[in-house]
Amino acid sequence: MYRILEKNDLAAKVFRYVIDAKDIAKKAKAGQFVIIKLDEKGERIPITIADMDREKGTITLYVQAVGKTTTQLSFYKPGDTILDVVGPLGEPSHIEKFGTVVSIGGGFGIAAIHPIVREYKNAGNKTISIIGARSKELLIMEDEMRKISDEVLIATDDGSYGKKGLVTDVLKELINNGEKIDLVLAIGPLVMMKAVADVTRPYNIKTMVSMNPIMMDGTGMCGACRVTVGNEIKFACVDGPEFDAHLVNFDEVMNRVRMYVPEEKLALEKFLKKHECKLDKAISEMEDSRNG
Amino acid sequence: MADTTQTTKKTKIPRQPMPEQDPEVRRKNFLEVPLGYTPAMAQLEASRCIQCKNPKCILGCPVQVKIPEFIKLIAEGDFAGAARKLKETNALPAVCGRVCPQEDQCEKLCVVGLKNEPVAIGRLERFAADYERMNNLVEIPELPPKTGRKVAIIGAGPAGLTVAGDLAKLGHEVVIFEALHKPGGVLFYGIPQFRLPKEIVEAEVDYLRKLGVEIKTNYVIGKIKSVDELMDEEGFDAVFVGTGAGLPYFMGIPGENLNAVYSANEFLTRINLMRAWDFPNFDTPMHAHKRVAVVGGGNTAMDAARTALRLPTTEKVYIVYRRSRNEMPARKEEIEHGEAEGIEFHMLTNPVKILGKDGWVSGIECVKMELGEPDSSGRRRPIPIKDSNFTIEVDAVVIAIGNGSNPLIAKTTSGLKTNKHGNIEVVDVDSGLTTREGVFAGGDIVTGAATVIEAMGAGKKAAIGIHNYIMSKPPRKK
Repeated sequence: MYRILEKNDLAAKVFRYVIDAKDIAKKAKAGQFVIIKLDEKGERIPITIADMDREKGTITLYVQAVGKTTTQLSFYKPGDTILDVVGPLGEPSHIEKFGTVVSIGGGFGIAAIHPIVREYKNAGNKTISIIGARSKELLIMEDEMRKISDEVLIATDDGSYGKKGLVTDVLKELINNGEKIDLVLAIGPLVMMKAVADVTRPYNIKTMVSMNPIMMDGTGMCGACRVTVGNEIKFACVDGPEFDAHLVNFDEVMNRVRMYVPEEKLALEKFLKKHECKLDKAISEMEDSRNG
Repeated sequence: MADTTQTTKKTKIPRQPMPEQDPEVRRKNFLEVPLGYTPAMAQLEASRCIQCKNPKCILGCPVQVKIPEFIKLIAEGDFAGAARKLKETNALPAVCGRVCPQEDQCEKLCVVGLKNEPVAIGRLERFAADYERMNNLVEIPELPPKTGRKVAIIGAGPAGLTVAGDLAKLGHEVVIFEALHKPGGVLFYGIPQFRLPKEIVEAEVDYLRKLGVEIKTNYVIGKIKSVDELMDEEGFDAVFVGTGAGLPYFMGIPGENLNAVYSANEFLTRINLMRAWDFPNFDTPMHAHKRVAVVGGGNTAMDAARTALRLPTTEKVYIVYRRSRNEMPARKEEIEHGEAEGIEFHMLTNPVKILGKDGWVSGIECVKMELGEPDSSGRRRPIPIKDSNFTIEVDAVVIAIGNGSNPLIAKTTSGLKTNKHGNIEVVDVDSGLTTREGVFAGGDIVTGAATVIEAMGAGKKAAIGIHNYIMSKPPRKK
């Protein structure tokens, strides 16, 4: 059992959880992830470790409520427990002094780049961060990113904050302005990561992306997370999650993550229906007690 | 040997068949297929044992179960006594009675079997263990005083559970570290419910807990802690590595990453461990497939095929195997069960390409094979027949062609050598001692993919090796 110590409601159904997980916190490194399973009937889902406090023995996860499990978790409160948390899994990000590193976070991918950018910074790199969201209200962690970045550039789809457009537009501008870039890291929606790879490929700028495919055990046993990288099949859980963006077969990954879309929808609908019923019942009980 | 007239009388009793669920019924449920002996059947079958003075059967058992002794107790009606006799040497009798290939081990050497059908040792083992468990007669043996030694076991599969049980019974402190959220390893995620009900695995694991074994789930050793840390910082006197063969092989043919191509590990884990067959009551989904091809000829392939058959939307299941039936590594009983349930076998057939439509499997293109000269495994090598390609229309493919070893422990432990297959090298076959002092290994991680009972046999030997090793050293100051 792993206790939730803190929970914050950020924008766009993104929640921040601080979880009591002493042994994981002690070992976790930037770029690694955990697999959580909420309860006895739960599924196992991978989540990036966004932060760790070795002294307090906690890890921080940012989770966007999109499917059944993540929505269920969004109803959890501090003090509630998650049945299973296993990690740290995957290979940590490769950290060294590269020179200038541009890190791109799209949507709640910003939470995933944050711990890695901090390590880049600590290793003496010049850190330029490009963060983007659909609109200003949906942009998360701007202040945190500013603390660890030499420069923060912002893009929103609707232009409500920063540059109107995509994070790749900002990246292109940087390149065109002659910024000498030694490494690009991009984490966010698959379309975004693919677009970043397409931008940097002609310039031969080394680019890393973090894959978050369907996983089960997270130890290399099931092969559900296989990704074609170059001409090889890699398992994202043990060989990744970070891979060379110019070698990843994104079309295949995009197809594979669609695998359970109808089932996920069904599970979410069932959960929401049950949950609404509970809410309705609670409200009517409350009203009953008032009336009584 | 027992007196001749009596022996003749005994051998006139035929081997007692075990009642089974009807194939037409069972092919659509996940309940256990063989139903087990009644006490009367068990006693009758037990009476067929001629109580050899030099029993050959025991020689065939990797864990040296005292076979004639437990069978005698059954014949006498002391069923719980029989179970306790089994447990003296075998921590998991209800499991072994179900999944051991007895026809190649104890029963193969049974003296009764020379002229008649061998005594049904496996069925009797299962009966005694089930009787004890179902009648709540399980007793915890008296444990010796604590030795002050502490052993870490990595992996709660058949090898690890065996080592744990044996060491706990010797008075050592035992902690098992398991990567998944449930202990049992392949017994839980791999072997399906209809062959080994999970309640039985849970009961056997529970028995170990009662012996004082601590089980830490969600602990991936090599990630959260290394073997070095367990020994240098956490005060473990020895470590046993029983992490199994858990790295699925794929075929390397086009189309293998289409949606609805699964490794057998994924397919079985979804259903057995995550209970995807009960989706959406359980959260892990499984697709509604209609026609499933399972590639491979081993027990895992049979398990996957029979599991696929039991999913509610399945209409047709094929086994695609590149050699002939004679070379199939699966147990005869499993093949026969599968056949009776309606699985169609494409023998001497090898997939060359998985066909897709819109990113999903639509068929599997195969080539016909013929058998040539024997290869390194001693089996005749399958050779493709030119221009014999044909397509089987399926919407899912399960690849069950074997597993390699997971490199995690070897990669993160200093001084641990592996061979070219990635299996951990042992310098002493009897004890399972590795190239690192105090670190022992056994089961599939050493031998490559094999059987449950072979892993348990290795565990048994390792337990003795570990006991001797830790007792040769003074207890550590903690």
